[in-house]
Amino acid sequence: MEHGKRHIPLLIGLGVTALVLLAKIFSLQVIDRYKEDADRNSTVYETIYPTRGVIYDRNGDILVGNKVAYDILVSPREVQAFDTLALATVLDVTPEFIRGKLKEYSRRRSAIGFQSVTMMRMVPAETYMRFDEVKYRFPGFKGQVRSVRDYPFNAGGNLLGYVSEVNQAYIDRHPGEYRSGDYAGMTGIEAARETELRGEKGYHIYLRNSRNQIEQPYKDGQEDKEAIPGHDIVTTIDAALQQYGQELMQNKVGSIVAIEPSTGEILALVSSPGIDVSQLADIGRHWEEISANPYKPMYNRAVQASYPPGSVFKLVNGLIGLEEGVLRPEMMYPCHQGYHFGAGHKLGCHAHKSPINMEESIMMSCNAYYCYVLKNILDNREYDNVAEGLDHWREMVMSFGFGRKLGSDFPAELSGSIPSSKTYNRAYGKGRWNSTTVISLSIGQGEILATPMHLANLCATIANRGYYYIPHIVRESPGVPLDQRFKERQYTLVDTLHFPKVIKGMWRAVNSGPGMGGTAWIAHVDSLDICGKTGTAQNPRGADNSVFICFAPMDNPKIAIAAYVENGGFGATYAAPMASLMVEKYLTGSTSRPALEKRMKEADLMARVKHD
Amino acid sequence: MIDGSSHRKTLRQSVDWWVIGVYLLLVIIGWVNIYAATHTSSVGSMLDWSSRAGKQFVWILTSFGLAGLILWILPSQLWEGGAPVLYAFVLGLLVLVIFVSSDVKGSHSWFDLGPIRFQPAEVSKITTSLLLSLVMSQQWFKMSRIRDFLLAAAIIGLPMLVIVAESETGSALVYAGFIFVLYREGLSGWWLAAIGLVIMLFVGTLTAGSYTTILVMIGILVLCTAFSQPSRLKDRLLIGGGFVLAMALFPSLLNWLGSLVQGQMDKLAMRPWVPRADETQDYYWGFVLRIKPVWVLIGLSVAALPAVLWAAYKYKDKFLALCCGVFIAGTIMVFSTDFVFQNVLQPHQRGRIEVLLGLKEDLAGVGYNVNQSKIAIGSGGLLGKGFLKGTQTTFGFVPEQSTDFIFCTVGEEWGFLGCLVVIGLYVFLIARLILDAERCRGKFTRIYGYCVAACIFMHLFINVGMTVGLMPVIGIPLPLLSYGGSSLWAFTILIFIFLALYRNEKKYF
Repeated sequence: MEHGKRHIPLLIGLGVTALVLLAKIFSLQVIDRYKEDADRNSTVYETIYPTRGVIYDRNGDILVGNKVAYDILVSPREVQAFDTLALATVLDVTPEFIRGKLKEYSRRRSAIGFQSVTMMRMVPAETYMRFDEVKYRFPGFKGQVRSVRDYPFNAGGNLLGYVSEVNQAYIDRHPGEYRSGDYAGMTGIEAARETELRGEKGYHIYLRNSRNQIEQPYKDGQEDKEAIPGHDIVTTIDAALQQYGQELMQNKVGSIVAIEPSTGEILALVSSPGIDVSQLADIGRHWEEISANPYKPMYNRAVQASYPPGSVFKLVNGLIGLEEGVLRPEMMYPCHQGYHFGAGHKLGCHAHKSPINMEESIMMSCNAYYCYVLKNILDNREYDNVAEGLDHWREMVMSFGFGRKLGSDFPAELSGSIPSSKTYNRAYGKGRWNSTTVISLSIGQGEILATPMHLANLCATIANRGYYYIPHIVRESPGVPLDQRFKERQYTLVDTLHFPKVIKGMWRAVNSGPGMGGTAWIAHVDSLDICGKTGTAQNPRGADNSVFICFAPMDNPKIAIAAYVENGGFGATYAAPMASLMVEKYLTGSTSRPALEKRMKEADLMARVKHD
Repeated sequence: MIDGSSHRKTLRQSVDWWVIGVYLLLVIIGWVNIYAATHTSSVGSMLDWSSRAGKQFVWILTSFGLAGLILWILPSQLWEGGAPVLYAFVLGLLVLVIFVSSDVKGSHSWFDLGPIRFQPAEVSKITTSLLLSLVMSQQWFKMSRIRDFLLAAAIIGLPMLVIVAESETGSALVYAGFIFVLYREGLSGWWLAAIGLVIMLFVGTLTAGSYTTILVMIGILVLCTAFSQPSRLKDRLLIGGGFVLAMALFPSLLNWLGSLVQGQMDKLAMRPWVPRADETQDYYWGFVLRIKPVWVLIGLSVAALPAVLWAAYKYKDKFLALCCGVFIAGTIMVFSTDFVFQNVLQPHQRGRIEVLLGLKEDLAGVGYNVNQSKIAIGSGGLLGKGFLKGTQTTFGFVPEQSTDFIFCTVGEEWGFLGCLVVIGLYVFLIARLILDAERCRGKFTRIYGYCVAACIFMHLFINVGMTVGLMPVIGIPLPLLSYGGSSLWAFTILIFIFLALYRNEKKYF
């Protein structure tokens, strides 16, 4: 049997096979996406972290800068036998420490893989240099230089906020912006201005081999991207004032907020107890300690704590009364140790002369006077009932910024609250309450809650005679525009004509001299023309809160300030002296009352404060 | 001595210089690519003895020596006469190596002779070819006789079994190529076709997927029907080939359409004020996304089936009808393979088959190799990255880069064009060997020529198929290209014995 033609099908088969192979190769090389994979496969992106923007105070002093930190890393897979004792000596630790760490890494080896882990954080520069010289003897160990936050002033820990490594939840909340290992501002200004401060990451591209070893720069570094440093932030904070405020508030719970009335710029925002800046740079290490502190140092009371404002709120009621026409400055009301209403009910007051006019009512902080004022506002014939009167009153109160977020650029600001007719309808039933039911609103007690920031804003509004700028903490600077809302005057619903009448009373409260009945004579400083109003807010948990707002000078005010000291007693006891010292410090650069200053700084009210 | 001048003249004329030329080209291409595959960032000399390229250069020179020895010095009659002794000797070595060899990557197939390592499995191809040719060239040998067929099968199967015992499955698989030789010498073509089709369908379904497998099957059937009727070759090639080509492009087209539609739907979804139910949910092009290409292929094929059957009836073309039957049977097999594999087999059984076929994504093991190899080849593009410019190649992503995966370097640095040239050279070499063999009058030479062609073909197909992911990972070298003395020597001897025999033929006839 001859099979002479059989080579033909075999040759065809050969051809078909070759075509199949070539078709597959063609699809791999020309059609498929394998080409893209190759670049990813063999190039490694080394991130260059930008330096974070510097945070300045209003005078150009650095509040938050950057400094170099040295870490010791180890790649467990690359570690070879080494002299543990020698390494321990170089790094200033015990050999047991190193052995323990390595044992831990060996336990976690599958999770670590070829990665490097940080063995020691923020070692001293000296130790690092010593290590750097001999590190060739310890394969697998290497140093890493990174930039951490540095705080030249011990000022505004809470206000500045901290920066820490992002966690997965944070990455998920900001899709596409962060990767594991990045740092981001978590609280305070660092968080509020994260987008400006963080800058833009760059990268070096290297070629690597299959063992993940870097071989050479990709295309001689042509495709590399330099990191763009973050924008610097100029805050409105006066570092010296902020630091002074923190010193005054030490061992007390409360806040001091100072605002420049003509701009709305926040000069100081003290919340006590706060975080020491030395803890901020390495927050991770202090986290346990901070979160275990019963006084919640991370809690920024200046914008987050809602307190009854107390007597300082009489100013608001007085202004509303004037605007509504139910109060005239010359109106006299009697006060016999308080305001008597109903059958044997009384809202008490302290001893002062009677009857008094409006100026004197502010100066002496008469409770009864404002009970009459509020009653006249609420029972005004112009309104059908007290509910309508209350809602109208609420609208005017809210025009001062109360009961809502002011809209500052500070994160986590809270709104406080101002009651409406609904609040009382819910509590008492519709039509089952009247002006005497809510009479404590007259003196800033009851259902009114405001933050220290609200009070400072009230003070600034009065200082400006009728308008405020939304308080803010960041100034306009190159690359950091100021939002339009901070440039507009916010007028209240009270005519600007009425403010000077109230200011006169505030001036007299401070400047009448001792024995004249002025509640805040202790805040007096010669030639500074401080105008202020004390408040003593009831605190259901212990001693009254000490409250004081003031601004100075009376004409063309430079600073408006609110001080709120929990369990501090009368407004004149702690809040007034502190605010006065702050004003003096800001306006003159120094203080003239060393004894008072010492007493304020050394006072320790922590024992009075009850915490959860 | 007297006819020395005429001898030289005949020598020059009688040697197939084409084969030698292609042989030289492939060896040099291999050498260049070994250098590219193993060079590091610091460029060293190609002749540096300590590098693989340098060593390969020495292997190449010695191979030339061997070639010359076989072609001019050794009597060509030696191969025919010595075949049984050589076969027995190498078979002995194959068995011996199991007991004395050290374990190299799980296989026991290497003799460790100090600086040189030697794999008898490489040589065994030659001796098996020789003995097979000797036996089958005997006058009494009839392929149709079952006893003779079994004898031939035994000659092939014996070393194959021993090599399997050495855990060198890849090398053993090469021996399956001898079936082409048997076919040439009278084994019924149906055996070949049936075995080939079943293997192709089975492996194809599991590796390339049912769509590709069915399409390839249709392509093969189209070619067969076309060539079975030379008078209608052109028509059938045009119609059938057009269909296969169109369907080959269809999935990409569908993908492209799908991405357009998806983009459109995403755009609609991003405009929430547009009533959803109207446009996004029931977007009238949305059905494109739900089309499964394989159903389109089956649908069109089945729709065409009556027409084809009618043509078969009309032209009394039994073969065409048979092909329709094969198509139906094949399609059923593809789907049942798919179904059984996905739904009937237990996961661990499936796993074993997947590992056997190199399907399992096992980044630490075989899956890593294939993936890296595909990435390397794919990154070459149409024209390649250029000599020594390959990143995958240079930085050692692909394991066994200079030996079993040398084709990656070709693919990455020389692109599709390079692959085309290299595969073209192989095809030319194999075809040339087959045609030369056909021209031989001596049965021994002819059969031996086919054996050589079959060996080279199997190596080419398995090796390149492996690097591009068509075949499971089977570690066998690419003839003449891969680094390694054993392999280069073996193929040199294999080819040059044929050239010597062929020359001998020419000298006397």
